[in-house]
Amino acid sequence: MPLVIQGLNKHFDNSDKATLNEIDLEIESGEFVCIVGASGCGKSTLLNLVAGLEKPTGGKILLDGKEVTGPGADRTVMFQEHGLFPWLNVIENVKFGMKLAGVPKDEQEQKAMHYLKMVHLEDYKDYPIHQISGGMRQRTALARALTMDSKVLLMDEPFSALDKQTSNRLREELQRIWMETKKTILFITHSVEEAVYLGDRVVALSPDTGRIASIISIDIERPRHVYSPEFVELRHKIMEQVRGEAV
Amino acid sequence: MGMIIFLVILILAWQGVYWLGVDLLELWKPYAVPEPAGVAKRFVELCSDGTLFQATFNSLMRGIAGYVVAVIIGILVGLLINHFNYLQKNFKPVVLGIQTLPSVCWVPFSILWFGLSTNAILFVVIMGSAFSIAISVDNAIKNIQPIYTKAALTMGATKKQMYINVIFPACLPEFISGLKQGWSFAWRALMAGEVMTTSIGLGQTLIMGRDLADINQVMLVMVVIVAVGIIIDKCIFSVIEKRILKKRGLA
Repeated sequence: MPLVIQGLNKHFDNSDKATLNEIDLEIESGEFVCIVGASGCGKSTLLNLVAGLEKPTGGKILLDGKEVTGPGADRTVMFQEHGLFPWLNVIENVKFGMKLAGVPKDEQEQKAMHYLKMVHLEDYKDYPIHQISGGMRQRTALARALTMDSKVLLMDEPFSALDKQTSNRLREELQRIWMETKKTILFITHSVEEAVYLGDRVVALSPDTGRIASIISIDIERPRHVYSPEFVELRHKIMEQVRGEAV
Repeated sequence: MGMIIFLVILILAWQGVYWLGVDLLELWKPYAVPEPAGVAKRFVELCSDGTLFQATFNSLMRGIAGYVVAVIIGILVGLLINHFNYLQKNFKPVVLGIQTLPSVCWVPFSILWFGLSTNAILFVVIMGSAFSIAISVDNAIKNIQPIYTKAALTMGATKKQMYINVIFPACLPEFISGLKQGWSFAWRALMAGEVMTTSIGLGQTLIMGRDLADINQVMLVMVVIVAVGIIIDKCIFSVIEKRILKKRGLA
C-alpha cells in the first residue's frame, strides 16, 4: 500500500470551516485514483498536502509507511499550468528532474527520448517552450513527470486549461500511457466524465463538509470509450450520486 | 534615421536661438550661452590634443571599476535580504532609504575618508549604485512565478539546486534590467564624485570648463557624458536584455 492518508484535516487560518475533514484514503500500487469535486471543495489542497507543498492541521500521509513531511521527487506533480521552464527547450525540460537527481547524461538522454516518443514529441525535442502549443506543453510536462519514476504521480487538473478537443485527446493518450506503464496516479479533476474515463476509483469530495462523499469503483474494461453504453450509464449514475457534491 | 533628422533640426534651432539672442539682439552674454559651432570647435581641439579621449577613458574605467564592485556587493546584499526574513523585515527598509539618497551626499564622507583620490570617487560610485542593485535582486527573486519553484520542489530540488537551476535563470531578465538601472546610477554618481575631485576625467574637464569660463567646453562634456551613457545602455544592456527575452519568447 504505497500511499495511505489517515484522518487528514486541513483548516486554513482565514476560513471558518475546515477545507478537508477526516479524509481517509488508501491507494494501491499501480492504481489510478481520481478525486472529483466542484471548485473550492479542497481537491487541490488535498493534492498539495500529498505533494508536501502544504502542511496538514491534523492526520497524516504515509508513503510506503513513511510520513510525508515535505515535497520530494517520489511525489512529482503535473500542474494545470504546465510549470515548464521557459529558459530550457523541450528535451532540457524533460531531463530537468533527472539532472537534479544526478542521473548520468547518456541515461538522461535515453530516458528523455523514450518518454518524448511516448507522448509523440520526439520531433519537437529542440523547440523552445514558447513555440509549442498548450497541448504540447502538457505533453512535455507529462514526459517530464514520467521520467521521475515517482512512487505516486500527482496530477492537478492537468488538462483543464486546454481546449476540449486537445483535452480529450490527451486523456486518451494518458489512458494508453497508463496501460503501458502502470504508474500509480492520483488525479484531480472537476469533470466527472474525465474521472470515470481515467480512474480505477473515483473519490467524490463534498465542498460543504470537506469530507469524502463517496468512493466509486469503475469496472469498465480499458481502453474505455466515452460513447459506449456502459460508460454513459455509469457516468450518469455517478453524476446523480455526487450531485450537490461535485458538478 | 528619423531621430538623426530630429537631432539635426534641434541643433540648427539651437544655433538659430544663439544667433538671435546673442549676436542680433544682444540679450545674453556670449560667455553664458553655448553655441553648436563653438562646441564643435572645442570638440576638435580637445580631441586633437588627446584630452577628451584621456578624460573619457579614465572616467569609463573608474565607472566600470566602481560598478563591478557595486554589482558584487549588490548581489550579495540582495541575496541576503531576500533569503533571511529578519533582514527582509528590518534591513530592507534601511537599504531602500539609502537608495533614495542622492549620490552627491556621499561626497563629504568620501573626501574625509579617502582624500581627493580615485578611491573617493569609487566610494561614491559604489554607494550610489550598489543598493539599487540589491533592491532589484530582491525584487527579481520575489517576482519569480511560484509554479517554477513548486515544480522544482516536487522534483526533489535541494536549496542549492533551486538557486542554480531555477531562481537564477528565472530572475535573469529582471536582474539584467536591474543591472542596467544600476549602471545609470553608477554613471551619475561617478560624475558627482569627479566634479568634486581633481583626478583627470570627464567631471574634472567639465569643472575646468567652468573655471576657464568656457561654456562650450562645459556643454561639450555634458554631451559626451550623455553619449557614453546611451552607448553603454544600447550596445551592452539592451542587447543582452533583448537576447534573453527573445530566447524565452517574450520579445
